[in-house]
Amino acid sequence: MTLGPHAGFIVIAYAATVLVVGGLIVWVAADYRAQKRTLADLERTGRKPRP
Amino acid sequence: MPLIDLANPSRFLAFTSRALPWLIGATALAFAAGLVLALFVAPDDYQQGATVKIMFIHVPNAWLSMFVWALMSVAAFGTLVWRHPLADVAAKCAAPLGAAFTFLALVTGSLWGRPMWGTYWVWDARLTSVLVLFLMYLGVLALWRTVDDPSRAGRAAAILTLVGAINLPIIKFSVDWWNTLHQPASVMRLGGPTIHPSILVPLLVMALAFTLLFVTLHLAAMRNEILRRRVRTLHLLQAQGAHA
Repeated sequence: MTLGPHAGFIVIAYAATVLVVGGLIVWVAADYRAQKRTLADLERTGRKPRP
Repeated sequence: MPLIDLANPSRFLAFTSRALPWLIGATALAFAAGLVLALFVAPDDYQQGATVKIMFIHVPNAWLSMFVWALMSVAAFGTLVWRHPLADVAAKCAAPLGAAFTFLALVTGSLWGRPMWGTYWVWDARLTSVLVLFLMYLGVLALWRTVDDPSRAGRAAAILTLVGAINLPIIKFSVDWWNTLHQPASVMRLGGPTIHPSILVPLLVMALAFTLLFVTLHLAAMRNEILRRRVRTLHLLQAQGAHA
């Protein structure tokens, strides 16, 4: 794979995409863990979520 | 499972836990195939050279930027007309994803434009209307954060989304209606694509991969939002219990 004289632009474009998409994946996964943990804490204190 | 059953948040949660592993696998496979085709198989363009590789990420992001707003518009109808229980959840969770795809479309477009056009940015109709779309995404996100009650925020965001949908045909046809530096449609056009299959196929595979990524992240974010609303309800119940 040769990227030619504009390699820098191509690499930055792909790197930006990886960064943003990776950020979205981490954000969604971390949010899921946070909500599950909060729900579990609330259940421990006696509240049950609706079925 | 009939589609109508997914209107029930609990059934939707059960559906997402079954569907997500398959969607994650399909997304990873599509990206693996798309990246191999885009980076190692597709030839350089006779005019753009290797810079055409930026198109394999720019075009899918540009398509998704409009698709996500169109999906939010359908969800807005669901919120305002049918009061569908998951409609505003779908709209709220699509907005940050759409904003990210629009941001990437703008950034990768600029990075392609500098070597090809000699400039990162021009205020032509296509680029400006996509920038307006990005600002509208930020507006919807701000609105969701401003209003505390999810149902009130959902209705306000739905109205803003439907107003913003006017921008979608402007983006699509801007290259036909005005004299723009941005090239006209070369894939979705009457008469078929003008791109050679050696570049068109990797582009379509990458578009499929990004679409699967959106579906996966959207379902996962909707699952999170349903859980967040359960947490909110439990907190309200606790607060009521403490005051009783």
